[in-house]
Amino acid sequence: MTYLRPNFRHPDLPTNELGYTKKNYEGSLSTLCAGCGHDSISAAIVQACFELSIEPHKVAKLSGIGCSSKTPTYFLGNSHGFNSVHGRMPSVVTGANMANRDLIYIGVSGDGDTASIGMGQFVHAVRRSLNMTYIVENNGCYGLTKGQDSATADVGSKSKKGDANPFEGIDLAALALQLGASFVARSFSGDKEQLIPLLKAAIKHPGFAFIDVISPCVTFNNNPGSTKSYEFVRDHLQATGTVDFVPMRKEITTSYSAGTSQEVTLHDGSVIHLHKIDDKLDIHNRRSALDLIQEYKSESKILTGLLYMDKEPTDLHETIGTVHKPLRSLQEKELCPGNNVLQNINASFR
Amino acid sequence: MKPTDNANPEYYHKVVDCQYACPAHTPVPEYIRMIAAGRYEDAYMINWESNVFPGVLGRTCDRPCEPACRRGRIEEQPVAICRLKRVAADFKTDVSHRMPKIPSKKNGKRIACVGGGPAALTVCRDLMPLGYHIDLYDAQNAGGGFMRSQIPSFRLPETVLNEEVGYILNMGVVTHFDTYIDSLKGVLDKGYDAVFVGTGAPRGRDLNAPGRQEGAANIHIGIDWLASVAFGHVEKIGKKVIVLGGGNTAMDCCRTSMRLGGESVSVVVRSPRSEMKASPWEIEDAEREGIPMFENHVPVEFVIEDGKLVGMKFEKVKASYDSNGKRSLIPTGEDHIFFPCDDVLIAVGQENSFPWIERDVGVDFGKWDMPAVDEVTYQSSNPKVFFGGDAAFGPKNVITAVAQGHQAAVSIDLFCRGDDVHKRPAPGVTTVSQKMGVHEWSYDSKIEDDKRYKVPHAEVKIALTDRKLEVELGFDVETALKEAHRCLNCDVQTVFTESRCIECDACADICPTECITFINNDEEPALRTKLRAPANNLTQDLYVSRDLPTKRVLVKDEDVCLHCGLCAERCPTSAWDMQKFLYQVSKAGSIQ
Ligand SMILES: Cc1cc2nc3c(=O)[nH]c(=O)nc-3n(C[C@H](O)[C@H](O)[C@H](O)COP(=O)(O)OP(=O)(O)OC[C@H]3O[C@@H](n4cnc5c(N)ncnc54)[C@H](O)[C@@H]3O)c2cc1C
Ligand SMILES: Cc1ncc(C[n+]2csc(CCOP(=O)(O)OP(=O)(O)O)c2C)c(N)n1
Ligand code: SF4
Ligand code: SF4
Ligand code: SF4
Ligand SMILES: [Mg+2]
Repeated sequence: MTYLRPNFRHPDLPTNELGYTKKNYEGSLSTLCAGCGHDSISAAIVQACFELSIEPHKVAKLSGIGCSSKTPTYFLGNSHGFNSVHGRMPSVVTGANMANRDLIYIGVSGDGDTASIGMGQFVHAVRRSLNMTYIVENNGCYGLTKGQDSATADVGSKSKKGDANPFEGIDLAALALQLGASFVARSFSGDKEQLIPLLKAAIKHPGFAFIDVISPCVTFNNNPGSTKSYEFVRDHLQATGTVDFVPMRKEITTSYSAGTSQEVTLHDGSVIHLHKIDDKLDIHNRRSALDLIQEYKSESKILTGLLYMDKEPTDLHETIGTVHKPLRSLQEKELCPGNNVLQNINASFR
Repeated sequence: MKPTDNANPEYYHKVVDCQYACPAHTPVPEYIRMIAAGRYEDAYMINWESNVFPGVLGRTCDRPCEPACRRGRIEEQPVAICRLKRVAADFKTDVSHRMPKIPSKKNGKRIACVGGGPAALTVCRDLMPLGYHIDLYDAQNAGGGFMRSQIPSFRLPETVLNEEVGYILNMGVVTHFDTYIDSLKGVLDKGYDAVFVGTGAPRGRDLNAPGRQEGAANIHIGIDWLASVAFGHVEKIGKKVIVLGGGNTAMDCCRTSMRLGGESVSVVVRSPRSEMKASPWEIEDAEREGIPMFENHVPVEFVIEDGKLVGMKFEKVKASYDSNGKRSLIPTGEDHIFFPCDDVLIAVGQENSFPWIERDVGVDFGKWDMPAVDEVTYQSSNPKVFFGGDAAFGPKNVITAVAQGHQAAVSIDLFCRGDDVHKRPAPGVTTVSQKMGVHEWSYDSKIEDDKRYKVPHAEVKIALTDRKLEVELGFDVETALKEAHRCLNCDVQTVFTESRCIECDACADICPTECITFINNDEEPALRTKLRAPANNLTQDLYVSRDLPTKRVLVKDEDVCLHCGLCAERCPTSAWDMQKFLYQVSKAGSIQ
């Protein structure tokens, strides 16, 4: 029996600003199929949170149902977690976020969980600009229920049995752009060099950050003819460019050639740097992103990387003017401010 | 980097750090697993095949395997490999029926062994089953060499030694004890097909200082004195004893003195304590028995009063090192220090001496009057004469003597068959996949997290009353089992097949010790800095695959791999497999 993870780690593991090693960000051992793309995404989340020196207890990870939605058990074992019902992660995050805006919210969902049963929830979370990172682990199928085509499966993509999918696939990144998401990216579970900086940027983004991560299901959708297999994705991948996330305290050491690079400074002083391959992309312009997604798709290429980013998004709390403190920290004094205040309110309506 | 040639047995051999470091290349993890399974006889026999004296070595080995043990790089202390060997010897039942059968029809070749220490006994062990006739000559009255005359009984009970020497002599070796050989020519004249010289390094170095002659009655050469004790010729020593020297012989001298009436026994060393040659655990054992060590004291004279030794004078020094790290001892200028004593034991080194080898029998002698011996074949310039053990290259230890004995036996066998002694038989290598099914592997990868367990000792007060009472008590079964589970199974190798890999990263993600990186190939020094964790241990190899479809390569740093098998467990295509690699050193009689 080897299905056990030893407690020893590399003796020279680096520590982050909090003095933690990556081990402090791990979760339990995954029970997903060996080789599932979702596990790579979990590893990328661990690495991103480690590198950002996030205090694990300041994170809440939430999910719906599916293999993808199981993954929060496999990372950030010292964080808060909520495994909700199928497709209902967005409403649970909304509630949690309203009650305590001080936590970092990481929502993990699948293409089934988001694009089918949870579609209604998803669009409203985007529309409201909930301050969260929303990750779809997109394998084009319902992995947990044995691989039925999902709503993101490309038309013509072949299932393991050989049947071609007759329906047009939903492009969740394009949809998020249309619905006003303030940060939209696409990546591939097999490309950590791109995924980790994107995750870091998304977590730091003070609004709704959406990442559609193509994540092959090795068991049910990694067959020839599938457009979500490791091989197909690798062969058809086209990155918008390389992304660097430079934390506030760090010096920018890489030099970028002008014209093809774009830089975004975040509210906390950290910098996201995009070295573009296609200079038609303007990451501050929704139209540019939508056009390019279409353009690459028509060449049967998958455009990955940072697609759009709003530098100064307005999140839900700001829009509806909530109190700044977490709701649970409000005491009777604040919640029942007394007769005088009530009289004033009443008077304002007269 | 070029792809790793893992078909070359030396690649994986090196990954099994302990086995690689063992001069006799004992398959350590294999016997530790046997101990964990309660198969003590099997564990014993694996050892016996390789190192011939498991019971002796499980108590006294210099254990070069332990500093090499991977566990020591992962946490503080290596696996107690040596003491687990003793567990196999202690808990086994009768193994005599598992000893090799000795052909009743001999092969007609006659061999002489001069000396009956571990090296010569190993030669007998390897050649007797092949049908050789062997005459073994030793000046002592029983076999075992220094294991009998030098290693004190409180470290190595005579019964243990007798048992293991017995397994070999009972193969039908014709012994000639109490026979000092004073002429190699005489031996060669008896018409032997080959002669093995395993006479050790029998001369103890003396210390010439004023008073040495006058005090002779109470000044003893350490190894001669230990031999006299072992053979019962000496039973007492004075109350105050000075032991000169900082090696293992000094430790045995001082501890033996404590058991023969010494009340105040001191070890006095020229060098700083940090440079004492004795093994740390031997120093620790001596100190536990209340023996102080005085460092930086250079002997000046033996002080004699009324024709009798009354003490020694020492000069205090300080070590100073030049830019090349070369040490010199600089006097501090303080007054000489007087240590009163009744007896002095000199344990300042050991030398070879071959007064009995005529210089005209074809055996060339070189530097320091040492015989010229081939480092691989152990053959001397007289093709019939082979050397091994301390006699070959100076004083080392039992396990080295055994390893050299095995190699000399290979050569003697080749030579007697008329084959080229330089064409060595290849090692025996087997590689067996451990996969049994989903989540099922035939080795137990669950390792014990606990720190190294300590072997219990007899109470000092009681131990000091009897020089034959063994101090170390050995592990009990429960502790042995836990200690055995600290072993990482480094012989269960990670074997990679490029053609199967789909580059899903699962192995790299799961590896608890960041061993695996998929990366663009580069020269080794550059690659070492670019892996998931820098590969700073240059003694450990990088395992590099051929190019993968993405044009990257897989690089595995062997350094701190836990051999946990998670990479193979998480690989969807079985591109990784865990394969048990058993490496057996070539033995006399192995097929070439
Ligand atoms: C005090 C002391 C403690 C030691 N403790 C350890 C220990 O704990 N662990 C360890 O691994 N090693 C230890 N050693 C070293 C170890 O004993 C030797 O390295 C090892 O025994 C060498 O084996 P060998 O076969 O080469 O020769 P030896 O064991 O030295 O045997 C040589 C034999 O040859 C015989 N002989 C020599 N010349 C002649 C001749 N002309 N005719 C007939 N017979 C002859 C001798 O009587 C002797 O029996 C210790 C050494 C000493 C001195
Ligand atoms: C309300 C409800 N309906 C249906 C299911 C059955 N079900 C479980 S997982 C799943 C699909 C999951 O697909 P996806 O979100 O893509 O996750 P994956 O397993 O592919 O990662 C479905 C339909 C359920 N658990 N609950
Ligand atoms: S079924 Fe597919 S999605 Fe689910 S764990 Fe297995 S490989 Fe991953
Ligand atoms: S066996 Fe595999 S997973 Fe385990 S430590 Fe070694 S390389 Fe890593
Ligand atoms: S788990 Fe297997 S298939 Fe995946 S990258 Fe590792 S060796 Fe290749
Ligand atoms: Mg899915």
